[in-house]
Amino acid sequence: MSKKLIVNRRSVLKYGGAASVALATPYFFTRGALAQSNDYRNAPTGDTVTFGFNVPQTGAYADEGADELRAYELAVEHINAGGGGMLDTFSSKALTGGVNGKKVAFVTGDTQTKSDAARASAKRMIENDGAVVITGGSSSGVAIAVQGLCQEAGVIFMAGLTHSNDTTGKDKRANGFRHFFNTEMSGAALAPILEKNYGRDRKVYHLTADYTWGWSQEGSMQKYTEPFGWETVAAVRTPVGAGDFSQYITPILNSGADTLVLNHYGKDMVNSLTQAVQFGLRDKQVNGKDFVIVVPLYSRLMVQGAGDAAKGIFGSTNWHWSLQDDASKAFVKSFGEKYGFPPSQAAHTCYCQAILYADACQRAETFRPSAVGAALEGFEFDGLGNGPVLYRAEDHQCFKDVLVVKGKENPSSPFDLLEVVEVTPRAQVEYPVDLLGGELGPYNDGAA
Amino acid sequence: MLSTFTRNDWLLLIGFAIIILVLPWALQPIGAAYPDLLQKIAIFGIFAIGFNILFGLTGYLSFGHAAFIGIGSYVSVWSFKLLTMNVLPAVILSVGMAAVFAFLIGYVSLRRSGIYFSILTLAFAQMSYNLAYSVLTPITNGETGLQVRAIRDSAAVSLRDGDVRLIDQAMGIQEIGVPITNFFGMKMSGYPGFYFCAVLLIICFFIAMCITKSNFGMMLKAIKSNQNRLNYTGIHTRPYLISAFVISGMYAGLAGSLLAVTDPIAGAERMQWTASGEVVLMTILGGAGTLVGPVLGAGLIKYAEQKVSSWNEGILHQAFSGLPDGLQNFFVEFFSFFVGEGWHLTLGFLFMVIVIFLPGGLMEGARRIASIFRKQRTDKADEANAVGQPAE
Amino acid sequence: MDAIFLQILNGLDKGGAYALIALGLTLVFGTLGVVNFAHGALFMMGSFCAVTLNRIFNISFERVSETEVDFLGNPLKEKIPYLQQWFGADVSNFLLEWSVPMSILLAIVVMGIVGVIMERGLIKHFYKRPHADQILVTFGLAIILQELVRHYFGANPIPQSAPDAFAGAANVGAWIGLGDNVIYPWWRLIYFVFSALVIFGVFAFLQFTTFGMVVRAGMQDRETVGLLGINIQRRFTIVFGLAAAVAGVAGAMYTPVLPPDYHMGMDFLVLSFVVVVVGGMGSLSGAVLAGFLLGILQSFASMNEVKSILPGIDQIIIYLVAVIILLTLPRGLMGRKGVMED
Repeated sequence: MSKKLIVNRRSVLKYGGAASVALATPYFFTRGALAQSNDYRNAPTGDTVTFGFNVPQTGAYADEGADELRAYELAVEHINAGGGGMLDTFSSKALTGGVNGKKVAFVTGDTQTKSDAARASAKRMIENDGAVVITGGSSSGVAIAVQGLCQEAGVIFMAGLTHSNDTTGKDKRANGFRHFFNTEMSGAALAPILEKNYGRDRKVYHLTADYTWGWSQEGSMQKYTEPFGWETVAAVRTPVGAGDFSQYITPILNSGADTLVLNHYGKDMVNSLTQAVQFGLRDKQVNGKDFVIVVPLYSRLMVQGAGDAAKGIFGSTNWHWSLQDDASKAFVKSFGEKYGFPPSQAAHTCYCQAILYADACQRAETFRPSAVGAALEGFEFDGLGNGPVLYRAEDHQCFKDVLVVKGKENPSSPFDLLEVVEVTPRAQVEYPVDLLGGELGPYNDGAA
Repeated sequence: MLSTFTRNDWLLLIGFAIIILVLPWALQPIGAAYPDLLQKIAIFGIFAIGFNILFGLTGYLSFGHAAFIGIGSYVSVWSFKLLTMNVLPAVILSVGMAAVFAFLIGYVSLRRSGIYFSILTLAFAQMSYNLAYSVLTPITNGETGLQVRAIRDSAAVSLRDGDVRLIDQAMGIQEIGVPITNFFGMKMSGYPGFYFCAVLLIICFFIAMCITKSNFGMMLKAIKSNQNRLNYTGIHTRPYLISAFVISGMYAGLAGSLLAVTDPIAGAERMQWTASGEVVLMTILGGAGTLVGPVLGAGLIKYAEQKVSSWNEGILHQAFSGLPDGLQNFFVEFFSFFVGEGWHLTLGFLFMVIVIFLPGGLMEGARRIASIFRKQRTDKADEANAVGQPAE
Repeated sequence: MDAIFLQILNGLDKGGAYALIALGLTLVFGTLGVVNFAHGALFMMGSFCAVTLNRIFNISFERVSETEVDFLGNPLKEKIPYLQQWFGADVSNFLLEWSVPMSILLAIVVMGIVGVIMERGLIKHFYKRPHADQILVTFGLAIILQELVRHYFGANPIPQSAPDAFAGAANVGAWIGLGDNVIYPWWRLIYFVFSALVIFGVFAFLQFTTFGMVVRAGMQDRETVGLLGINIQRRFTIVFGLAAAVAGVAGAMYTPVLPPDYHMGMDFLVLSFVVVVVGGMGSLSGAVLAGFLLGILQSFASMNEVKSILPGIDQIIIYLVAVIILLTLPRGLMGRKGVMED
């Protein structure tokens, strides 16, 4: 290294640094000053208000994330227009074009389905882009991580697809709200159907994804099926993303079990279900009964990946596009006309969350998290495709009907993969607040 | 040791310090001046500098350094949960624990060299990741990640779900809800958090400079250029290698700790092999073996991850709004391939282009540009001089 | 007894797959001295050859249905494959059903060409560069390849079914006099035989042909072979094409076991590296041996009896074995001195 180079670099640094300081100082201080003059985080000042959509754009759930984003764009369109889609069937009529007199703009982020990346992109939207709400996501780990962040930062978090009990149980936060259902409700809705179709007294083998959601799902299934004599032979934990599950499937053949419950989601579910069916489990007779497989949480996008293997297999889902109520039909119509295919359950829950948030802001006449939260707490509504729904005040969880579905035997189109077996009424899946523990704590408005 | 510093070294250090400290202003024009990204750039800068001490100097390519990031984060969050929200004990304990683990893993892995060493480190990191994600959930809280919580009401609540914070409680500090980290009262989120990381980055940079300039550093470079020759001259290289491994492990532990300091959560994915791979990419991208390169590489990759991924079609339409409709749509279509959800593609191209055309990373690019400028002003005598210099 | 037999069978099955996936990687290591991080991407592209062939057989024109409606209530646009139109439903269905085995041919051709282009266009320039550079450039390429696949095929897995004749499970127990509980999927048995054939084919090619002899000589001492007036460079290009084709057919045949998605290459990358290194860098027989060893150990570690004693052992067994082997045998099971140790 010669001396001249260093001198050069130094002068570049010096002048460059000085110039940028001179240029940027005003912005920097104005922004700090603005943030202090408002008494809640990211209070919108112009004629727009910014929503932050935090969805997986890369990784295993990228397609689900893309569908969520489509739903959000549609929701923003409808909110700004004051009508269209499910906004027309929604029981609250507060929204009449924009929210609190402002047009909705949005920014997007990539969660990568990793807690760190999701928090980083949420922080970017809060700190840099001025988002008043973060919403979206496709896994419980991410939802809980981002919910914690939003609590600290002082913005509202409207969870996307997250099914673990913990999101509104052990890890609930005042600033977080969930529309999607959870493993507790899945178990409660699924168990009676399983009893009716497969009878009492079965020997059950659980294959469970080895992380919190998997355990939670396994526990709920055991809790609701054991009372009518479904006895757990073994509950085997499988590593997430194992790819080939054959070494976990072979022991089932000799275990004496006649029922297999796959507590897997996403790619794990696609692979384990495909492989279990390949092993001829469904052609077997054990204990004088046909061997059956159950997948407690279904997603149509993932069933697509499992192909024929999913036919006739029971599971539960939050919503399905083939529902025939007016709201669902209106949503499918507006979504289908814009994008050319029906929405997934992830798209539905995200659309609802966006509408519900905007509506609560309008009713509260502010974007202040504590006021918006109060407007959502105990809110009863209808016309969003799930029948009458309650946003329970004590744990910020929506209570609504749960769909029990089955892989369709003769699909008429690539989207027609699930058929709704039963709509389990809300009363049957409700549970007491203290069942899942946790504490909401106080709201955080993010006042500096 | 400081006596070996030349005037240029001091200038480099001061220049580096100034640049880092003015980043909140300097990065404003490219939309990167917000606390989280600045913190990440500083933290991963520390990680990459430390990694470079091992890889850049000795040539030993570790594929398992993310394990130390994870260990640093977990130790820090446990320190917040059990002792105090003050970050000082957390940072010290994390670096110490990372050193212990780095010694154990390094002692075993450094029995082999080349790709065998890489796979050994990878294996240790993957084992840590897999166990942290599943079996060790009582300690790591698995997929959800370990978080700071409110003080528990009774001993019946598990430590994972309720904290004790012995020191804070003994000092009678009142808490409302879940508290945030502090450095003797200064909260560690936002800009203060960045400056905390930035100061540590500058200190780490200084230490790395010292190491590079010292006899120890010379020995490490000697290992890279010809380990056999060293062995023949009777020098036992293993202690040097283990020291380098432990030092870089401590840097990683510090980085992991700072991740938890600025954002008190620790997740298992930080230990996955992709995270280890990321720091390799940062170092090579910026320029392995250089002092500034790794920091530059870290900044670039974090910027791509955070900002390029956020440029969706709406933003593109705004950017090209001056163009006529047809042209605008074409540009938006074309660029949306590379930004937003396509940001991985940009990263892939970047890696290939840099490695193909700038084998020494971005720092070599800077050197080349500098030498072009220099050439315009130098006469032929200088050039002859350059030719005469011995090759490295 | 039944259970143990099943786990051995499962271990062999997994081992065959691991060995096949790692084969091309170790071949490139051994001959060209290149660390190819894009190998997983080649495997992934191979499996998308099967998807593509299926899509080609399915190329359809649209006909507006008179009776049925789509989900929006508009008249349904039925998709009718041209094949069905031209040759009738029987031929069309037969082709679709057998598209996975047929895609082997496509995968060999396409991936062979991809391999040759990759070697000529990129890898050639990296023979003399440090391994770190090779890793970075092939990793960049792998990202680009997988992002392109994602752009055209989406991120979700795409199911590919085995031909109906091999769809179910074989009653292996009945063949050897064990109980009815010893059953194993036909397709996995076929994959095992297939991988054995490919591995033996590659071995025979290198062992018994003049071409193979020259390549092996080139592995030992490239300079001398060059001095003998043999164009070793061209042969290395062919070897790289061969490695890519092997990865490709391994991927194409694997699709009924694992519905392919764009990320599966990365998922297999670490595993295949571990297999290669445990076997010993650049050693073909080592890779095969390591594949079977890791497959069988992983299978046994996943048994409930083992897991109840050592919780989580199934998640780390592969890495644990790698550590133990590398510490006891400095160059893996069958590695040669001096390969990849600088």
